[in-house]
Amino acid sequence: MLNKVSRTIGALATAATIAVGATSAFAADDTIKVGILHSLSGTMAISETTLKDTVLFLIDEQNKKGGVLGKKLEAVVVDPASNWPLFAEKARELISQDKVSVVFGCWTSVSRKSVLPVFKELNSILFYPVQYEGEESERNVFYTGAAPNQQAIPAVDYLMSEEGGAVKRWVLEGTDYVYPRTTNKILEAYLKSKGVAEEDIMINYTPFGFSDWQTEVAAIKKFGSAGKKTAVVSTVNGDANVPFYKELGNQGIKAEDIPVVAFSVGEEELAGIDTAPLVGHLAAWNYFQSIDTPENEDFIKKWHAFIKNDKRTTNDPMEATYIGFNAWVAAVEKAGTTQPDAVIDALIGVSVPNLTGGFSTIMPNHHITKPVYIGEIQDNGQLDVVWQTPGLVVGDEWSDYLPDSKDLISDWRAPMSCGNFNVKTGKCGGS
Amino acid sequence: MRPFPSRLAALAIIALTLFGVLRPAFGADLTAQVNALGQGDYAALEKAIGDLAATGDPQVAPVLDALSNGDLYVRKSDNAVVKATKSGSGFTLTDPVTGAALGEAGRSGVTKIKVNNKIRGLVRSATGSLTLMSADPAQRRSAAADVFRSGDPAQIPLLDQAIAKETDPGVKKIMTEARAAAVLKSDMGDADKIAAIAVLSTRADQDALAMLASTASGPDGAVKSAAADAVASIQGQLKLWEGVQNIWYGVSLGSVLLLAAIGLAITFGVMGIINMAHGEMVMLGAYTTFVVQEIIRNSYPELFDWSLAIALPLAFLVSGAVGVLIERSVIRFLYGRPLETLLATWGISLILQQAVRTYFGPNNREVGNPSWMSGAFDLGNIAITYNRMWIVVFALGVFAVLMLVLKRTPFGLQTRAVTANRPMASSMGIRTPLVDALTFGLGSGIAGIAGVALSQIDNVSPNLGQSYIIDSFMVVVFGGVGNLWGTLVGAFTLGIANKFLEPYAGAVLAKILVLVFIILFIQKRPRGLFALKGRSVEA
Repeated sequence: MLNKVSRTIGALATAATIAVGATSAFAADDTIKVGILHSLSGTMAISETTLKDTVLFLIDEQNKKGGVLGKKLEAVVVDPASNWPLFAEKARELISQDKVSVVFGCWTSVSRKSVLPVFKELNSILFYPVQYEGEESERNVFYTGAAPNQQAIPAVDYLMSEEGGAVKRWVLEGTDYVYPRTTNKILEAYLKSKGVAEEDIMINYTPFGFSDWQTEVAAIKKFGSAGKKTAVVSTVNGDANVPFYKELGNQGIKAEDIPVVAFSVGEEELAGIDTAPLVGHLAAWNYFQSIDTPENEDFIKKWHAFIKNDKRTTNDPMEATYIGFNAWVAAVEKAGTTQPDAVIDALIGVSVPNLTGGFSTIMPNHHITKPVYIGEIQDNGQLDVVWQTPGLVVGDEWSDYLPDSKDLISDWRAPMSCGNFNVKTGKCGGS
Repeated sequence: MRPFPSRLAALAIIALTLFGVLRPAFGADLTAQVNALGQGDYAALEKAIGDLAATGDPQVAPVLDALSNGDLYVRKSDNAVVKATKSGSGFTLTDPVTGAALGEAGRSGVTKIKVNNKIRGLVRSATGSLTLMSADPAQRRSAAADVFRSGDPAQIPLLDQAIAKETDPGVKKIMTEARAAAVLKSDMGDADKIAAIAVLSTRADQDALAMLASTASGPDGAVKSAAADAVASIQGQLKLWEGVQNIWYGVSLGSVLLLAAIGLAITFGVMGIINMAHGEMVMLGAYTTFVVQEIIRNSYPELFDWSLAIALPLAFLVSGAVGVLIERSVIRFLYGRPLETLLATWGISLILQQAVRTYFGPNNREVGNPSWMSGAFDLGNIAITYNRMWIVVFALGVFAVLMLVLKRTPFGLQTRAVTANRPMASSMGIRTPLVDALTFGLGSGIAGIAGVALSQIDNVSPNLGQSYIIDSFMVVVFGGVGNLWGTLVGAFTLGIANKFLEPYAGAVLAKILVLVFIILFIQKRPRGLFALKGRSVEA
């Protein structure tokens, strides 16, 4: 019943979007359409709305430079309303009704999984800009966010190092869904391979939007008082982070004693908290707003001008969107067409500047190369880099630390053209 | 944390005190040493901190504090280390040692000296040893606590001096404990170590346990067995405290549930309206707090500690007014049609959410904790955070006031009369539509007040209300529809049950178990804990 109401409202919203879309499509016959599939309402709106604005901003910038292949780009925005089945419906609408050439979208893994069959069936291209758990490589999807080896594993390496505090005991704290569960599985296997004992790892999950962290924080405190240096690896998602950090601060857990390294906390999430008690806690990303490069400064300046608010932050998924967008533009120019098959083939090997002063290249496994940064939370809500990987890290889609996937590789170039080739059996099609 | 640099530093201190003649002249040298902080990488920084601490000069402590707070910068023009505070788009510079003004610099004129957790730890133990003899007892206390945490054996002579001079018994106790912690890590004899273990075992908290546990895992001998005994005894005591802690956490969760549900207990419990927009009333209250704080921050920063007191009546009015508006415009046409009410209020909740999202943006808004709601204090071995404690007090206060209003005022009497028998109340001259509107407004207003309190512990985002709506209904149904006492008892029962299950079952399973329990309970007692008797039940 409730669903019906939300559907009706969704349908109304859709009708409105279509109406808007129709008027603009009428005027511009000779444009290339770019689909934006990010939630603008519901629980995920908090994170995804910014990415919608980012794509609009990038399109605007590209059009100022004269568009692509001599044509202007035109955005088609839909609102999947944080509703996973609606993601698939909206993706279908974008591809078959609006005839978009490419789609930028999705945040959660479940939304990505929900649209996968649509992109395969209708053969279109999706750029997915968020860090995720890996264990996937599809022909129609390009993953510009971090795979676990581009975020989680370097973060753990840093904490294990002398400089990071030589941590011996680990709390893996996560929200109960697929990304934290898979990431923690990989991390657990990785830690054990580094000689960490079973009793020095504590894994705990909490529900989405969890707000009463007293018991969990007390448990972390207790676990951390066993006489060994302890750290928390947090895959806590979204809204639950604010009360988590507040409770940490209130219970007096200082970063010098038990540092927390988070994979889902960026500038945007920190905007809602007083970060003074959190100084020194860590986050691992491939980009921070504070990174001092001319490219980044330019990007931030133009972004502030576009969004008309110079307080708006930038974050890692925005950079991933930036890389994905520019790679798509470069591939279309290279292929001379927006026809999906040609673009998918042209994308592999495309190298575009990222915002941290280097280049990111799209690899044959449809993941990209990125530098990994560890940042410390500052009292102004920004993150300052304290450590970075010496070079670029190639996204590893199938983790080497999970028994199910360690024999799998992905290579979408001919003649292999396979997302899950098993090197043991020599066959495409998984384990 | 690696003890080496600070150990070296402290050795240097001793050496320097012994051969007092060798003490460097302060002033120019100190400035040079401070400037050394800005040269090179983390390793060089560690060394520079060690050198500074080795001077034993109390002037060094504020410099190191500024370093660990990230206030020290290097001036690019002459590589001097300066203290910089933000002013406008640039910085105001001061000398870190003397505090003399050094003019202004643009954003690109200075680079921040970056510190990491290891450096902060180093600074903490260094400043701890530098301020042990401070004149201010509070500073000595925190210095002793820092030294306790670092447990650096090189500090023992310094601690001995400090203990001999100390007059405040509380500070003296911490210093003695710090000395014991240092002794455990030193290479002193077994007798000293066993004495230290005895000192630490009287402290009997997590920190002492951590230190004793690492001693207990050391080489065999008398020390190891003494430590193991102490660990066992502390663990026994901590187990007891854990029970107390679970009860407190449960009470705290219960108070949050009570706050969220108490408004619903009126609209749903007393009036029988299934109000799905209840959570949004809570959200409106939280956003009112945000707006109030925003105004205070911009115009009257000195009033910040009063922001919640100012926000309370405003939140009540805002949410209450919206409630009355909803009742008059929608709900009054739907009395006696629960399904339509449910759908209509669900729709209203979506509209309110999206309206707030459009106006304030989808991101979390920062609502600060006033100083009296930040931090924690220790009661025995449990840390009680001030914000949770005040919320418990506040929830009980709201409950008491609401009870008074319903039982002791004419308005309360009319409300109860209308609830008990609407036609009869109407024929006695009570204006039932007005009472309906006001009662719904009261329930919504109370939800708004709850929003003020919840803004202190949760996100202020458009989704705030949704996370509480299910819990609220759960509490009201479990407690017994139409009975405020039921809501009170229900909230605390569910809170405590949840917190006792959580350590064993995990947060996810605990919640499921509580829900299963409620379903079973409702099967047995469909009217909840405190069933209402009387004619209205049959209506």
